[in-house]
Amino acid sequence: MKAKFNILRSTCVPLPLENVDTDQIIPARFLKATDKEGFGDNLFRDWRYNPDGTKKDFVLNDPTYGGQILVAGKNFGCGSSREHAAWAIAGYGFRVVVSSFFADIHKNNELNNFVLPVVVSEAFLAELFASIKADPKTEVVVDLPAQTITNTATGSSEHFDINGYKKYCLINGLDDIDFLLQNKDKIEDYERRVGKN
Amino acid sequence: MAKTLFDKIWDSHVVQIVDDGPTQLYIDRLYCHEVTSPQAFAGLRERGLKCFRPDHIYCMPDHNTPTHDQDKPIEDPVSRKQVDTLKKNADDFGLTHFGMMSPLNGIIHVVGPELGLSLPGMTIVCGDSHTSTHGAVGAVAFGIGTSEVEMVLASQCILQAKPKSMRITVDGKLGPGVTAKDLALYIMSQITTSGATGYFVEYAGEAIRALTMEGRLTLCNLSIEMGARGGFIAPDETTFAYLKGRPYAPQGEEWDRAVERWKQLKSEPDATFDKEVRFDAADIEPMVTYGTNPGMGIGITQRIPEPQNASDEKALAYMQFRAGDPMIGQPVDYVFLGACTNGRIEDFRAFASIARGRHKAESVTAWLVPGSWHVMEQIRQEGLDRVLEEAGFAIRQPGCSACLAMNDDKIPAGKLAVSTSNRNFEGRQGPGARTVLASPLVAAAAAVTGVITDPRTLL
Repeated sequence: MKAKFNILRSTCVPLPLENVDTDQIIPARFLKATDKEGFGDNLFRDWRYNPDGTKKDFVLNDPTYGGQILVAGKNFGCGSSREHAAWAIAGYGFRVVVSSFFADIHKNNELNNFVLPVVVSEAFLAELFASIKADPKTEVVVDLPAQTITNTATGSSEHFDINGYKKYCLINGLDDIDFLLQNKDKIEDYERRVGKN
Repeated sequence: MAKTLFDKIWDSHVVQIVDDGPTQLYIDRLYCHEVTSPQAFAGLRERGLKCFRPDHIYCMPDHNTPTHDQDKPIEDPVSRKQVDTLKKNADDFGLTHFGMMSPLNGIIHVVGPELGLSLPGMTIVCGDSHTSTHGAVGAVAFGIGTSEVEMVLASQCILQAKPKSMRITVDGKLGPGVTAKDLALYIMSQITTSGATGYFVEYAGEAIRALTMEGRLTLCNLSIEMGARGGFIAPDETTFAYLKGRPYAPQGEEWDRAVERWKQLKSEPDATFDKEVRFDAADIEPMVTYGTNPGMGIGITQRIPEPQNASDEKALAYMQFRAGDPMIGQPVDYVFLGACTNGRIEDFRAFASIARGRHKAESVTAWLVPGSWHVMEQIRQEGLDRVLEEAGFAIRQPGCSACLAMNDDKIPAGKLAVSTSNRNFEGRQGPGARTVLASPLVAAAAAVTGVITDPRTLL
């Protein structure tokens, strides 16, 4: 899943709902796999499909919308810690999720799968939803090195936060385990200092 | 600067602070269950790594385990493979594993505290958001993703930004029939499911101090449903009395030294929190949820509120509820007592207190599922199994059961379940299932009457 991230220009898929929980992103019955493959097929499964497999009226079934950026209402990814939600989002082909607020665990899970969670203001989010509604071909530019997101329809642009360490990891395709493995001596120093529990 | 208890525990586990980045935090306990660990072990294999500190890691299956016939192989081959994979991973990497039918097996968040594996002052993680439960013993415990499980397996450390601190103080005394579950649902209804996102919560105040350990475990369990990274209660005599003599707790002189150390684990009086909220226990009645997130709760005597936005409207439509209707009297199809939220002995005592001398309503299917074999043993010792059987209830074998529809215990589409679990999300208990979250007392009242009933009328 390691993939470098730099600048992304893409159309968006709008999901103007609040408190989208990870049970909706990927229902529990799809968590029985022992690998990370195929979760994208079941992204938002019960919002996409009826029990008989026919399609529901849902944005992922609407050919009007597409792209590598998912735009969602506030408190995206609340609930279960399941990283399968991030694997489903990445597996479906999204590289960025834009919202005004993310749940903590899910936000980390996205970052650990090279999906960039971009926190924007409520005003920016509302304007972006309006732009996409007016023109589904509206493009957004996410510039990680500059830490900016731009709505090309209106020209509105905002700075977004990400710590320098994680930004470096995303740009260079490195993960946290690569970092931790280089620090074993510090861990052993810590254990000597405090004594293991 | 005066430190909060959260600062004390967190700061004492810092290995290093990464430049312009997160903290490298040392982890005392990693728990692994079968659902969120296989990809982490696969990652270790791909990198050719071993577990850095195998004696800090405990594994047990709970999500997929059926709640009947556990002595036989699991029928669902996919579930069976996941459970078998955990056993193989534990064996290959030299980790302790409490498998199905082991007397030490149960839901990880019930087993950890009851075995004394989760202790005051520890850092505890698991690939499960309800890891916040272990905060009840005075630990910094939080849920993590599978990549983070892999980090801990590989290095016994995790990279995390330090959360902000929040104190939730509850003054006064809870009324009769009002439990820790109601307290938690009430707090969520006031601060919403994202009211504590970004924070680690310390619960304090008279009503918190008065909670039993079981009640504290229930409250801390639900911290994540407020969005909190975790929640905990400073250890006190209630904590020490609960932990004393538990198999993995320190024993003898070591115990005495540990208690002296643990007594220092409290926020300093002039410590400041990034956010403080305060509630009065007297304002809380038995609670029920009416929507599709745990923050959509009301007192049981109240009426369903008007929707405020598209998300609320979607929730009411899914639940087939009408704004303005009372919750009391809504017909109930299923009742579920159990889960890491309310699967402990006190929850069974509460349920039995209402079931005693009454009978299960004909129209209700009830699943009563202890959180562990240890809880099952307590139920038998106290004779609660006979009380419940006489009232028409059967007790199932331990596991996560109907909390999340990963095993056979699924609520059918369209059916209404009063559930002591932790989430009422769409489809959580099965596709199309409608969940009302409530305490064991409210669940028991629904089970014997067939409708949502104020348990205070049956006490």
